[in-house]
Amino acid sequence: MTIDSNLILEVKNLNVEFTTDDGIVHAVNNVSYKVERGKTLAIVGESGSGKSVSSLAVMGLLTASNSKITGEVFFNGKELVGADPEEVRKLRGDEMAMIFQDPLSALHPYYTIGDQLIEAVLVHNKVKDSEARSRAAEMLTRVGIPSVEQRMNEYPHQLSGGMRQRVMIAMALINGPELLIADEPTTALDVTVQAQILDLLRELQKEFGTAIVLITHDLGVVADLADEVLVMYGGSAVEHAPVREIFYEPQMPYTWGLLASIPQISAKKEQLDPIPGSPPSLLNLPMGCVFAPRCTFKAQVSDDACANKFPDLLAVSVDHEARCHLTESQRTAIRSERKIGKV
Amino acid sequence: MFPYIVRRIFVMILMLTILSIITFLLFNAVPTDPAKLTCGKTCTPEIVAANRIRLGLDQPLYVQYIEWIKGIFVGRTYGSGTATFDCSAPCLGYSFRNGEEVTTMIVDALPVTLYLAIGAFVLWMLIGISSGIVAAKNHGNWKDRTIMGISLIGYSLPVFFVGLLLLIFVIVRWNLLPYPDYASPFEDPVAFFQTMLLPWLTLAILYAAYYTRLTRSQMLETMGEDYIRTARAKGLSERVVFRKHAFRAGLTPIVTSAGLDLAGLLGGAVITEYIFSLPGLGRLAIGAVTEYDLPTITATVLVAAVFVIVANLIVDILYAAIDPRVRLS
Repeated sequence: MTIDSNLILEVKNLNVEFTTDDGIVHAVNNVSYKVERGKTLAIVGESGSGKSVSSLAVMGLLTASNSKITGEVFFNGKELVGADPEEVRKLRGDEMAMIFQDPLSALHPYYTIGDQLIEAVLVHNKVKDSEARSRAAEMLTRVGIPSVEQRMNEYPHQLSGGMRQRVMIAMALINGPELLIADEPTTALDVTVQAQILDLLRELQKEFGTAIVLITHDLGVVADLADEVLVMYGGSAVEHAPVREIFYEPQMPYTWGLLASIPQISAKKEQLDPIPGSPPSLLNLPMGCVFAPRCTFKAQVSDDACANKFPDLLAVSVDHEARCHLTESQRTAIRSERKIGKV
Repeated sequence: MFPYIVRRIFVMILMLTILSIITFLLFNAVPTDPAKLTCGKTCTPEIVAANRIRLGLDQPLYVQYIEWIKGIFVGRTYGSGTATFDCSAPCLGYSFRNGEEVTTMIVDALPVTLYLAIGAFVLWMLIGISSGIVAAKNHGNWKDRTIMGISLIGYSLPVFFVGLLLLIFVIVRWNLLPYPDYASPFEDPVAFFQTMLLPWLTLAILYAAYYTRLTRSQMLETMGEDYIRTARAKGLSERVVFRKHAFRAGLTPIVTSAGLDLAGLLGGAVITEYIFSLPGLGRLAIGAVTEYDLPTITATVLVAAVFVIVANLIVDILYAAIDPRVRLS
């Protein structure tokens, strides 16, 4: 066990499999990452890339009898994979918390906002109801809910989408967790509200020193909030780098594709460049590189390596890793030719 | 909540009015002269004509309908002059077959059906919901499969089959219980329970099987909801997640179903009452149908329909009590 007191979360070779009638679904394959205290790691990828599943596995929320988790997850130096579920339960909502994509379905429709927050306080704290209530009110005020006393007696459906996500954030942070996993926290919200929620997350992170694992497919959000980025594809990590390098020195064709598909006002072209094809089936992953079937540059690699061997996650620089058979000079040439990143 | 209930009650009154009209028209749509049914084989046209006037059947339809409704609320008087007959409210008509007021017949039969339905209801809800929960909690393993297998069998057996089977074996072959002979629970509780046990079981087997399946599927569906994941993410124990978060949400459709099923039975559990010779509403209705006792048929139909409509109202109110989205919209 590595003890680095600066790390809140360390994931090593995490694998998640689901046994189904059609075969074994390899949802997460050998994913490793570290999250420093107070920092933000963004996990980026398309739906089905394993980004949500890996986070649910970290939280101990993958309880389906057909799921199998292997590898190591150290939270505050404590191994969570294979740990007593009761121990992990005590951490959840207290030291690590999670918010979800759609706050309307994530909040219980039958209980008031106040009840749901008070419940979150009472699970982990032996305090009086009145104390829990005032903590809930305080937290709701902190996340920017107006007329809190009235709102606490209301039900989720009576609030707007942005307000609901604020409530979710208040509920997640009410016990002052050291880690917050935010699973697409702005995807279901209006664009104007998205920015407010991101601002709120940033403020609260500064105030509470919470580390955030931000799961998203929106690179705009990543640029806004992340310190480090892990790009996932087909259940595997394909690139891992500080946020600046992902935007300025991306090394992997899939990351290039993601960057090229961001709309840019300054760009003269009128069309976006989507990545051709669709993500691989996690039931039948390709023999070689998971991205090879959609990769435009595989012809430049000799010996058909892309189709036969999954490239290792190799260091490009000190804190930058990527999986690709292209040589560094080939990548530089392609990037400058296609104007990918800042060259 | 209050305006919601007022609105529902208003709708209920409207439905009851429409229903009473349909029931009344049913009475008149039967291709028989109701007046002819009032006397036996030795009937003369004169008696029929006299009876027609006496029962008000010579009046136009709308007058008859108003008289009928008036009878229910304030009572009515049949005939005129010296040969009058008072039928006090709620007057559901006069059964010329039995020479008795229909209201009296229904009042006598209702408690029997009430005991039958409520006893069976309690039994099947207890068995159905608990085994449904056990099945859901053990989703996919042998306990779940066993419960589902048994409930499938229970659900596929028709009431008349289960009823007859119980009657033949428990009573006729093994003599475990005396032959059914209904007695009021206040007069002879032992005889009451001995008589009611098998009918309760007969109905409970079918419904418990259905409620097991319903509860299981509801719980499984609810356990997959996002807010259950949130509850777990908060660090709540599985027990609290299940009892506080999942059960209440999964309960709503069960309440709906339960209310309507109970109401349906209160209208008369025809087959069960028949097999076990229970003098309830179902048997009253069947007797009335075979004897062409029109006022009794209309009355039993009306009573059964009132049960269903009132149950609907109660279900709606319960729904609102459980789900704030219904209450506040």
